[in-house]
Amino acid sequence: MQATDIQTTKKNIPLYLRSFRMAAWLGWQIESNWTDPFLFAIYSIIKPLAGAAILVVMYSVITSGDFASPIFSYIYLGNAFYMYVGAVMSGISWAVLDDREHYKTLKYMYVAPINIPAYLIGRGVAKFLVGSISVIITIVFGVLFLHVNVDPLAINWPLFLISLVIGIVMLAMMGLILAGISLLIVQHVWFIGDAVAGALFLFSGAIFPLEVLPVWLRPFGFIMPVTYWLELLRRSLVGRVAEAFPTLSALNNLQLIGILLGLSILFGIVAQFLFRYCEHIARERGLIDMVTNY
Amino acid sequence: MSNNPYSTPQVLSHQEGGRPLEVDRLHKNSGWRLYFQTVIARAYPRIIGQQREKSWLFFDILLPLLSVCAYVFVYRAIKAPEDYIGFVVVGGAMTAFWMNVLWSMSSQLYWEKEQGNLALYIMSPTSMMAVLLGMALGGLLATTLRALVIIVLGSLFFHVQYAVVSFVQLFAVFILAMFALYGLGMMAASLYLLLSREAWHISNLAQEPIYLFSGFYFPIKNFSFWISAISSIIPLTLGLDAMRQLVFKTGPSLGFVSVGVEILVLSILSVVFLFGARLMLAYMEKLAIREGRLTENRR
Repeated sequence: MQATDIQTTKKNIPLYLRSFRMAAWLGWQIESNWTDPFLFAIYSIIKPLAGAAILVVMYSVITSGDFASPIFSYIYLGNAFYMYVGAVMSGISWAVLDDREHYKTLKYMYVAPINIPAYLIGRGVAKFLVGSISVIITIVFGVLFLHVNVDPLAINWPLFLISLVIGIVMLAMMGLILAGISLLIVQHVWFIGDAVAGALFLFSGAIFPLEVLPVWLRPFGFIMPVTYWLELLRRSLVGRVAEAFPTLSALNNLQLIGILLGLSILFGIVAQFLFRYCEHIARERGLIDMVTNY
Repeated sequence: MSNNPYSTPQVLSHQEGGRPLEVDRLHKNSGWRLYFQTVIARAYPRIIGQQREKSWLFFDILLPLLSVCAYVFVYRAIKAPEDYIGFVVVGGAMTAFWMNVLWSMSSQLYWEKEQGNLALYIMSPTSMMAVLLGMALGGLLATTLRALVIIVLGSLFFHVQYAVVSFVQLFAVFILAMFALYGLGMMAASLYLLLSREAWHISNLAQEPIYLFSGFYFPIKNFSFWISAISSIIPLTLGLDAMRQLVFKTGPSLGFVSVGVEILVLSILSVVFLFGARLMLAYMEKLAIREGRLTENRR
């Protein structure tokens, strides 16, 4: 067996954990140390709030500020939690291009005693943390100023936490799939993460119920785990308000968790095999240390 | 025989006592000829080179189109009047210009610095203003093609109805908005000469807030007068508002100020930004040279 194969296939929990932990620290440094903490905090807050504000103004213009309507909570919460999708997925897949093309360190990662998938998932942690701050601030802003119907005492916390954890793992697996594909693509196709996130934004009913989509597009939404994840998060936070929308009203919470778990496991298996396959091809073609900056 | 003046036969002729090497060299342009040659040379990769990479064409159209679709469905979900669907399609197409100015104009000198080209630009006997004008011209033409495709596809998908009041005014608004916008981009590019790793983050930050305050997806009249007035510093704000007034039935009733006033302000902004770009570029170039930032590569 080749030395490089040992690093990525060895079943070694401490190795995974060490790779993950160090990558998370490295990712955090890259994300945050370009400026002082105050500016970084401002930067982390303005972008997501502005994104949410676009939807708020659009909604306000048409409904004359009827923020108490259930559809507003649906749109606002879906948009807030969707920030995780871009952050986690792009955070993991972007690390491949960043390390290979910008820092030119991916080849060193491959000869270091680390587990590459664990390392890449660790690199996504920084964006997950920044994304979490954005999500919390957006929701708190909505509750305080826009009458989003989230009552901390009425939240179904167990459902919320279980859904959140499964969803984040699912997003990490989707990020790993993109990371595998990124090993085979050139630098200038950096927008692949944005394209997938954009497509999911459209098809997962993040900011509008799936019934609004043309009939022939709805099946795309139903095979996406993000659709079920967002529905569970909404139900856990705003209960019957979320259940009022017909898209998944026939399914109870347990069924939704089952579907989300099943799809997450499926994506996890696909991620595992696809990443290994892409990694193999990348090695065969000498792409691990190739700089495609033309 | 090769036309290359440095090919072997010419070098040999010099060694053999022929005409001096200087006479055999390529003719070199200077003055305004060099200026326009530089503009065309820098515009070339933007127009021709980008079209060669089919994946860029595809994704440059797909990504804004996905956002347009999402916002259109939000309006449909809250039962907005049909003209708002058109507002989103036109606004979505115009995001292509903002993205181009942000990432391919403002940030461009930062990328050139990262790749080591910036020092070569400065060393060359041409004007940096010509380089920036070339980038702007090439970017404008290439992006116009993409924006047109987004408008055509968006209009077809969502059956947008247009009611153009004046094609002349529409053309004038578009041209003035583009002059002012790319002038702003050239000004920003000179600022980016001084930036390092933070350039990427600043460009990234300048997306959603500008989409919000420039009213890419809704009429800016919904903001207070002063917020709309301050937002008008970004040329696309007034450009979009005027275009909506000129192409949609309900546009005039939702406009911020009259089209005539918007054309006047856009004209002023065009002159101010293009003149400002020239001044700032000269100043920033000197500053960057003095502080040794032209070849800086902080990773």
